[in-house]
Amino acid sequence: MPLELLEPTTSDASKREGLWTLNFGPQHPATHTTLRLVLQLDGETVVDAEPDIGFLHSGFEKLGESLDYNQYVTIVDRMNYISPLANEIAWHHSVEALLGIELTPRCKYIRTIFAELMRIHDHLLCLGACLLDLGGVTAFMYAFNEREYIYEICERASGQRFHTSYTRVGGLLYDVTDDWVAMVRKFVRNFPKAYNDFSGLVMKNRIFIERTRDVGVLSLEDAIAGGATGPVARASGVTRDLRIDEPYLAYEDFDFSICCAQAGDCYARFQVRMMEMLQSIKIIEQAIENLPSGPIFNEAFGKSGLPDKTDVYGSIEGLIHHFENIMPNRQADGPKDALYAATESPNGELGYYIVSDGSFRAYRARTRPPSLLHFSLFPRLIRGCMLSDVVAVLGSINIIAAELDR
Amino acid sequence: MASEVKKQVGDNVFLTKLDAAASWARANSLWPMPFATACCGIELMSASASRHDLSRFGSEVMRFSPRQCDLMIVAGRVVMKMLPVLQRIWLQMPEPKWCISMGACACSGGVFDTYAVVQGIDRFIPVDIYVPGCPPRPEQLIQSIIDLQAKIQSGGTYNAREFKLRDTPEGPQRFDEDELLRIRERNGLKLDSPKYDPVH
Amino acid sequence: MPSIAKETLSAKLPQVDCEWSEFRDQSRVKIAPSSLLQVLFCLRDQAGFNQLTDVTCVDHLEMAGATDRFELVYVLLNIDSGERVVVKTFLNEPDLKIQSATSVWFGADWLEREVYDMYGIEFEGHPNFKRLLLPEGFASFPLRKDYPQQGRGERHNFPVITRAES
Repeated sequence: MPLELLEPTTSDASKREGLWTLNFGPQHPATHTTLRLVLQLDGETVVDAEPDIGFLHSGFEKLGESLDYNQYVTIVDRMNYISPLANEIAWHHSVEALLGIELTPRCKYIRTIFAELMRIHDHLLCLGACLLDLGGVTAFMYAFNEREYIYEICERASGQRFHTSYTRVGGLLYDVTDDWVAMVRKFVRNFPKAYNDFSGLVMKNRIFIERTRDVGVLSLEDAIAGGATGPVARASGVTRDLRIDEPYLAYEDFDFSICCAQAGDCYARFQVRMMEMLQSIKIIEQAIENLPSGPIFNEAFGKSGLPDKTDVYGSIEGLIHHFENIMPNRQADGPKDALYAATESPNGELGYYIVSDGSFRAYRARTRPPSLLHFSLFPRLIRGCMLSDVVAVLGSINIIAAELDR
Repeated sequence: MASEVKKQVGDNVFLTKLDAAASWARANSLWPMPFATACCGIELMSASASRHDLSRFGSEVMRFSPRQCDLMIVAGRVVMKMLPVLQRIWLQMPEPKWCISMGACACSGGVFDTYAVVQGIDRFIPVDIYVPGCPPRPEQLIQSIIDLQAKIQSGGTYNAREFKLRDTPEGPQRFDEDELLRIRERNGLKLDSPKYDPVH
Repeated sequence: MPSIAKETLSAKLPQVDCEWSEFRDQSRVKIAPSSLLQVLFCLRDQAGFNQLTDVTCVDHLEMAGATDRFELVYVLLNIDSGERVVVKTFLNEPDLKIQSATSVWFGADWLEREVYDMYGIEFEGHPNFKRLLLPEGFASFPLRKDYPQQGRGERHNFPVITRAES
């Protein structure tokens, strides 16, 4: 019957006397959208937790098989919806790696700026939402106010606040204008003050420290064997960041450092995210000052990039070029092979395993979701903690249900 | 006589119909229950954050308990695993209650025409206001709340009589034409477990 | 860059049939399903591949010139050296069973459950083997190529609530 909810599986813990079961979710303010946890509690201490997911499974991977590389970017946006452009950059990075396309310097710099802006965007929401769940509503307001400026920047570049669908195979949808550059500069100037306000409110706050220190500790071995990547792994001591270890886009030109911690608890994960925001601002500052001029589509791979609209309407070659790119049976052909390529998204290593059958459409577009692996580590993190720590731990590992379920 | 009363009493008392008074109170203090599943949930949070402040319009608190709310905002796609949860929460909300379907996915399935996403919650839940967009801007959500306020004030009754008249399903049919064709094709095959077996 | 994985496998497990290939600097090895666990253990212990990045499956039903139907793909990572390797095996119907990799890396747990959920491949030795993303009673395996994108009516198989009765 559809109205029945699932029963939890029995574990050894349930054979003990005096345990009670609490259902947490899927509709709950602290489950970041739709997650469900079945907690076995001994008083207030969590003895076991069984996650139940799939409440947002929308069939993304099935859609990837019916849309081509430029159409699927609209869907990929909707996976990690708190940093949409990061997904697009990751998707097109994988597609361009498969097709063997090289980007122009201007395109690389713009994508790098957006990737770092999205990193700030994601971390602000993660911290803001977690603090909202822990009770610090002011911090949530501060974080969201900063995010509005980033929405304005995205809107100026692509027309949409989020779900921009801004990248294309080999380039971008539109080139950026001078006032966009001015907006980014203004954001870089104003961000440190907002950051100081936010961090002054939160990081030395007695209550926050008490609620997050030594809670949800993830050891280094568990992080590696469990597949954790990104801030969650770096807070446990893993010193791996794809921007430095497998450089992509324009990261080689910039001077920044990897942020790591050793404690592996919730407070360490927050610290790593806060420090990463500062590093991101540093990268954006360097990128925007040195933004190269030039085209955003590489002429050598002209067939995969759309030409400028003035050429399309003004010359026959431009029109043919446009036709060749848009019409479904005339697009660029890919190699008949498979490739896995990943980028450092704000949540971790977001990779795509794309299998191509030679056409401009993926035969199989698999997303490697960082949130899935982090949430599977959750039962290990929560054993022995109290019920109110469940909220802190869930917030710190930054699970986004759409990426988790796809 | 009426003018005498008015002079004596002044602005301290106003006379109106009970229905209008109740509707005025309810419209201006709609407490939303955010059923935020996906991306529209983030725009819902933005709408209640400091820049586009939703609490100016009466939605001061976003209570997550259905027993304390009167407006359910379904923000985001609803998949078949989540739909029973949605229905259960709708049934738990006390009268009077309204529903806003926010975003293209809640209104009609959006970009996700797949095996898992319900193509519009109005097939299964009664919806009052639809907000298009993917995701809708916070200003659009605020406009939808204003529209709902106007709807409540124009047709509201103090004992919620207007809801008893809506006894037929208002949305599209459960199964579309092409879906029925696929179900009939499927019936040729033997199924392992009948739980989610499509209707014949 | 010399491939440590290739050298280690040919040195320590010479009896296992490996078909190596390379594409855009990524090395892939195709092995038989029966030798999967020993290859994974060898790569983890002798070659230092301590992280499993992904487990996924591809259905080659509609691929022209394919010989086997289901291809299981394991993407491995050596955190210290940064090297990646992709291990592939092939399975065909009706024999869709393979050993679970949870004994090698416990992170394979949910990844394998998802492969079962979407394709129907059974993993033997899995600690908690059931569907992950779809409801328990769902009768099909959606990512197979013979399942239609819009489904077979499961998404709308629920009772309708009208306003008067709620």
